[in-house]
Amino acid sequence: MPRTKADLTTNLAGLELRNPVLVASGTFGAGREGSNFIHLNDIGGVIVKSMTLTAWRGKPTPRVCETPSGMLNAIGIQNKGVDHFITEDLPWLVKKNATVVASIAGNTVEEFVKVADKLRTASGVAAVEINISCPNLEDRNNMFAHSPEATAAVIGGVKKAIPRIPVFAKLSPNVTSLSEIASAAAEAGADGLSLINTLMGMSIDVESRRPKLAGTYGGLSGPAIRPVAVQAIHEVHAAFPHVPIIGQGGVMSALDAIELMLAGASAVAVGTANFVDPTASVKIVAGIAEYMARHGIASTAEIVGAVKLEG
Amino acid sequence: MLMASGEILTHKKYGEAYHSLTIVSPEIGEQARPGQFVSIRLREDSAQILRRPFSVYRMHKQGGWASTIEIVFDIRGAGTRYLSQLRAHSTIDIVGPNGRGFVMPKRRAHCLLVGGGIGAAPLFFLADELRNEGHRVDFIMGARNSGLLLNPIDVRRLASVYRMTTEDGSQGDRGRVTDVLAETMERCGTEVVYACGPHPMLATVSEICTERETPVQVAVEELMACGYGACMSCVVPVRRPVKRGEDPEDAVVYARACTDGPVFNGASVVWHGSGTDAVATDQKELTPANVAVRDTGLDEPEDEHAPPGN
Ligand SMILES: Cc1cc2nc3c(=O)[nH]c(=O)nc-3n(C[C@H](O)[C@H](O)[C@H](O)COP(=O)(O)OP(=O)(O)OC[C@H]3O[C@@H](n4cnc5c(N)ncnc54)[C@H](O)[C@@H]3O)c2cc1C
Ligand SMILES: Cc1cc2nc3c(=O)[nH]c(=O)nc-3n(C[C@H](O)[C@H](O)[C@H](O)COP(=O)(O)O)c2cc1C
Ligand code: FES
Repeated sequence: MPRTKADLTTNLAGLELRNPVLVASGTFGAGREGSNFIHLNDIGGVIVKSMTLTAWRGKPTPRVCETPSGMLNAIGIQNKGVDHFITEDLPWLVKKNATVVASIAGNTVEEFVKVADKLRTASGVAAVEINISCPNLEDRNNMFAHSPEATAAVIGGVKKAIPRIPVFAKLSPNVTSLSEIASAAAEAGADGLSLINTLMGMSIDVESRRPKLAGTYGGLSGPAIRPVAVQAIHEVHAAFPHVPIIGQGGVMSALDAIELMLAGASAVAVGTANFVDPTASVKIVAGIAEYMARHGIASTAEIVGAVKLEG
Repeated sequence: MLMASGEILTHKKYGEAYHSLTIVSPEIGEQARPGQFVSIRLREDSAQILRRPFSVYRMHKQGGWASTIEIVFDIRGAGTRYLSQLRAHSTIDIVGPNGRGFVMPKRRAHCLLVGGGIGAAPLFFLADELRNEGHRVDFIMGARNSGLLLNPIDVRRLASVYRMTTEDGSQGDRGRVTDVLAETMERCGTEVVYACGPHPMLATVSEICTERETPVQVAVEELMACGYGACMSCVVPVRRPVKRGEDPEDAVVYARACTDGPVFNGASVVWHGSGTDAVATDQKELTPANVAVRDTGLDEPEDEHAPPGN
C-alpha cells in the first residue's frame, strides 16, 4: 500500500474537519454508543441524532424493516431534547475531542429557531445541520423540505439565531425539483447542504396484509439509495458549485465515499453502514487516504466534483 | 462490546428444528453474561445488510479451547437459512456481547426459569451460572409440539423440578407454560422468575408474577437495526415509578431493548397494545427528566432480585 501522506483536512464554509468523513444523524446516537468501537476524533465529525425543543417520544414499533440492500425506518425522532444534549451529550463529546454537528428538528419554524438559539451559546458546536424532513404543523403537516417557502423560512430563522455557526440544510430527495429547494435554502442563508435524507418507502407483510412499519411509511436508506444520492449531489453541485455539500446516502465503503465526492460532495456522512459495521467510518477514512495516494491526489478538494462527463 | 471475527467450531442440531453454532471468539466469550446477545453479519456481499441478533445460549470456558459461545436458532428467513449452512472452520463477523443481561440474586434463591420455544435459548446459560453460584434452578419449558422443545435433556439435568408443556400434548402437559406457572411457583417456593419467549407469553408470565408479588425478569426480542444503542429502532414501552402528582401516562418511556435491555423488569413493561396505545401520541412531549430509563435510579436494584433497566 502506498504510504504517501495525503492531506485529508476539509473545510466546508467554515466547518473545519480533520477528514471528510462524518457519521450521519440518527445512526450513531450522540456518539457515545458508537465510541465503543471507534475513537470519535479519528473521523471528521459526528452529526448527532436530531434534537428538538422538548423531548420527543417517537413512534410505536416496529420502527424498522430490512429491504433489498437497505432498510426502512420510522423512528419519529425519539430524542431527549436540546437541553439534555447541551448538558449531557455535548460536554462528553467535547471531552472526546469530537467535531460536533448538531442536527436540529421541529414542527414549526419557531421550534427550529428556539433550538438553534439554545445552541448559540453552547460551546463545542462546530456546525448545525437542519433536518427539514419534518412535518410542518402550520402547513397541514407537509414536510418543510417539500416547499421552497417553508425551507427558506426555517433556514432564514435559524441562520438569524446563530449567525456565527455554519448551518447545513439537509434536503429530502422526494421533491420535483431539488435545485429549486437548494436555491431557496442557499438564498435564505444556508452555508452548505446535506444531501440526501432518506427516500420515502413502504413495505407490506403479504401474509397479514399489514404494513411492516407501525408508522406505515418510512425512510429508505442504505446502499439501495446510493445512485439517488449521487445524482442529487451532482445536480445540485452543478447548479451551485460554491455551496459545499455533505454527501450522504448509501456510503458503505471508501470507494462509495469517493463516488459521492466525485459527484460534488466536499465531505460524506456514513449512515446505515454504521449498523452493519460500527467501525465503517474509520475504515472509510483509511480507504480515502489510500485512494488518494494511489491516484497521486494531494488534497480532497481535488476530487470534489471531478467526475469526467466528456472525453 | 466489540467486533471480532469468530471461527465456527461445530455446527449441530437440537431436535429436528434447531441449529446450533459453537463459535470460537475468546474476547466476546470471556465478557458474555446470561441474557446478553451477539449480532452476526451475514455474507459481505449480501443484499441483507443488517446483522442478526442471537442470544448467547451457552458459554464454554473449559477444555483446550479458548472461550467459545454457542447460539441456537430456527430457520425464519434468508439470514438464518444462510447461518444454517455454515460448517466448521467458516469464520463469521460478530459484535458482542450486547445488552444488559439477567441480574443474579444476591443471596441464595429458588429461581424458576420459564422458556417458550426457541426463546428459551438464553435460559440455559443463565441456568449454568445460577447453579454455579449455588442457586436452586427449576424450569418450565414449553413449545407447540415435542419436536420444538429446546434441549429437554439438559433441562432435566439442570433443574431440580421441571415441567414440560406442549400445545398438542405430544410431551408433558397439554397447554402452555403459563397454565402451570402458578402451581409450579407454589410447589417450588419460587423467589424469582426469569422468562424468555414470545411476547404474549412474557406478558402473561409477568402478570402472574406481579399478582403474586414475585420479581420477574424477562428477555425481549425486538427488531433491531444497530444492536448497540445508536438507532432507537428496538424500543419497548416501560413504566418507571410515577412521581408524586405526575400523570401515570408520562411515566411510560421507550427504552432500547439492545442496550437498556434485552432484560427488563416484567412488571414494568407495558405489555398490552405492544406500545401503540400505551404510548399513543406520536412525538408526544416528555420532560427530559422522565425519558431516561437509566436516570431513574433503578439501575441500582431496589431489592435483592430487582432486575435492571427500568
Ligand atoms: C435480543 C435478541 C435475541 C435473539 N435470540 C435469538 C435466538 O437465540 N435464537 C433465534 O432463533 N432467534 C433469536 N432472535 C431472533 C432472530 O434475530 C431472528 O430470527 C433473525 O434475525 C431472523 O433473521 P432471518 O434473516 O432468518 O429472517 P428475516 O427474513 O429477517 O425475518 C423472518 C422473520 O423473523 C422475524 N425477525 C427478524 N428479525 C428479528 C429480530 N431481531 N427479532 C425477532 N424476530 C425477528 C421477522 O419479523 C420475520 O417475521 C433474537 C432476536 C433478538 C432481538
Ligand atoms: C435509523 C435511522 C435514523 C435516522 N435518523 C435521522 C435523524 O434523526 N435526523 C436526520 O436528519 N436524519 C436521520 N436519518 C437519515 C440519515 O442521517 C441519512 O441521511 C440517511 O440514512 C442516508 O444515509 P445512509 O444511506 O448512509 O444511511 C436516519 C437514518 C436512519 C437509518
Ligand atoms: S437496535 Fe439500534 S438502538 Fe437498539
